Amino acid sequence: MPGAETFTSSDPSHPLHRLTPAQIEEIGEAFQVIGDEVRTDLGEHDADYIRSLIQFHRRLGALSRIVLMASRYPPAWVLGTTGLSVAKILENMEIGHNILHGQWDWMNDPNIHSSTWDWDTASTSAAWKHSHNYLHHTYTNVVGKDKDVGYEIMRVDPKQRWEPRFLAQPVINVFLMLFFEWGVAVHDMDIEGIKAGTKDMKQLRRELKEFGQKAGRQILKDYIAFPALSGRKGFKRTLQANITANLIRNVWSNAIIFCGHFPDQAYTFTEEEAADESRGAWYIRQLLGAANIEGSDTFHLMSGNLSYQVEHHLFPDMPSSRYKEIAPQVKAICERYELPYNTGPFGQQWLMVQRTILRLAFPGGAPRPKAPPYVEPPAYETPGPVVSSSAGPIPAFP
Amino acid sequence: MHAARAITTPLVPDDYLGLMNPAWSARELTGTIERIKPETEQASTVVVRPNFPWPGHRPGQYLRIGAELNGIRHWRAYSLTSDPDHPDGLVSITVKHVEAGLMSPWFTRKVEPGATVFLGEVEGEFRLPDRLPDRSLFISAGSGVTPIWSMLRDLERRGGLDDALHVHCAREPDQVIFGADLRRMNSTYEGYTFHEHHTGKLPRIVPQNLDEICPDWRDRHTFMSGPRELMDVMEAHWKAEADRDLLFTERFQPIIGRGDADVGSGGTVSFRVTDVEATCDVGVSILVGGEQAGALLPFGCRLGICHTCVGRLHSGQVRDVRTGELHGEQGQTVRTCVNAPEGHVEIEL
Ligand code: FES
Repeated sequence: MPGAETFTSSDPSHPLHRLTPAQIEEIGEAFQVIGDEVRTDLGEHDADYIRSLIQFHRRLGALSRIVLMASRYPPAWVLGTTGLSVAKILENMEIGHNILHGQWDWMNDPNIHSSTWDWDTASTSAAWKHSHNYLHHTYTNVVGKDKDVGYEIMRVDPKQRWEPRFLAQPVINVFLMLFFEWGVAVHDMDIEGIKAGTKDMKQLRRELKEFGQKAGRQILKDYIAFPALSGRKGFKRTLQANITANLIRNVWSNAIIFCGHFPDQAYTFTEEEAADESRGAWYIRQLLGAANIEGSDTFHLMSGNLSYQVEHHLFPDMPSSRYKEIAPQVKAICERYELPYNTGPFGQQWLMVQRTILRLAFPGGAPRPKAPPYVEPPAYETPGPVVSSSAGPIPAFP
Repeated sequence: MHAARAITTPLVPDDYLGLMNPAWSARELTGTIERIKPETEQASTVVVRPNFPWPGHRPGQYLRIGAELNGIRHWRAYSLTSDPDHPDGLVSITVKHVEAGLMSPWFTRKVEPGATVFLGEVEGEFRLPDRLPDRSLFISAGSGVTPIWSMLRDLERRGGLDDALHVHCAREPDQVIFGADLRRMNSTYEGYTFHEHHTGKLPRIVPQNLDEICPDWRDRHTFMSGPRELMDVMEAHWKAEADRDLLFTERFQPIIGRGDADVGSGGTVSFRVTDVEATCDVGVSILVGGEQAGALLPFGCRLGICHTCVGRLHSGQVRDVRTGELHGEQGQTVRTCVNAPEGHVEIEL
């Protein structure tokens, strides 16, 4: 923890620069309280939510697969592909991602538990839990430590040193969108570590084997077994349907995830800024490093509530269905300590990310302006009823 | 099944069977509550029909039974009170109501027939030896009578009630669980004496009372089950005055936080998978203690964020080193990086 004289950031425009250690502690306390309150309130209602969602996903998935057996008829193809895409997105985002975070471990249900869950994507859950839950969520947005800043293949922050290889990133970006699940799976294996020779070879061999098995099972299922169930005439159409569903899922999850940390408003941190940080400073880094996406309830569901990226980063193991309800409390803390609450509409956030990726393919680039401290928008006053008089409308009484 | 797996991966076919009818899922052992039979004002026998062929048990053993209360699955161990080969395939436990408890009020006051419970393993070394002892002494108190009841029924069936003395402590005569049956056995069998000690009128029983109630207690195989305080003094007495090997005991409460003074006591951890024993001082996490003892354990952030380090508790309780909160029950998963053992803990890691 920094001493009373020093600040956690030397950059005067950085919110951490202005906060005193005492304030940082207070903020930490305040966040802790929000988390504890929800934790003690968890119960049957929450359990019902995740169970019915899992049930819905399984039914939708099974139904879509059945419809796709008739995929040579175009309406069945469209219906089945849509259903399958939605099912896969739900399974990856709201179900898999969140269960693997341990958000539902409190239920003590061995079938819905981070230590036993496996998901419908190329990453093995073990590798993903390490690279995502641990590396990314602990070192969020610390350039050099959080490998999710650019996923080791892109430059998304001016603090990352430019290298000629980044010239290719506009193209890489498109490939990553389309094949996101494979990108994530490979990323989990820690490419930089392999290149630098710091990765334990035995572990790498084990991970490669596990990845091979998982990938094999996924390919067999989507690209051989289910197409085969559609018969000789339907094989190709179902194959196309499954490829399409996986592509849609990839592009969607890529967009949501990129909007979580790479929009302009999100702060990144240097290793010094994050060194020896207190619990309070950890919370602040999570708050500043993430950005929300505004949208409807369905949108939040389909994004696995990662549209509440700020809340998710503050409380990675809180059931995602609770993020919406704590958002006002988080905003209140932001307002009290003049901190920004990063958010924006989907289109805007996504375009910002794309602009950054294009711009930073080339050398240079300055940090983009950050959001101002959060202020609660004034409540919109609904006018009371009026009566009309000869002088015009006057407010009704009483 | 292999082919089915190919299309259900990463799930298993069972997940879809369970979707159509939960009872088709064979993934977990469950049972349905058949009826609740009150034994005394405070205790009830919970009769369960297992949804699988009952593998059998030995009288005196206990069953781990789980139920979902307010969305959270809890587990407890209760002695089996049913006959091992019940003609209808039913099993039962007998639960005494504990006002401040969690599971026992649910069993005794809330639950309705038809509810689902989760059934764990049958465990326990507390049982009659294969060769029945010639002379035996049973000591029980309160709900501690349940495993002994099973043993006595076994002896009765096997015609082994030749010379058995049973000392039982309860506050009032009508609070004796299975009182009517035990009294009936007392009057039916020459070889079974049921000695009731009612603490509503008499002081608590002490080891010295045995000389009077059962002068040859030293020579008998003794089976004892009851509250911790009683068992502790008796055990000490046996150690000092008799052959400890002739005393067989069942303990109900997990051995934790003995006494109130050692809150935040630190403790010992048995890692059941890696087979390592570790000792943790006050405030030392299970993870650190285990590593110091040479166990290779999974971890990530070491801050309680990532859940990489979780392990399933087999027994004992843990204290969250951040909040000081004491928690943990059997079957629950805990983050080893932020939890210290409180007393002895066994963990599946
Ligand atoms: S190591 Fe991350 S929660 Fe324990």
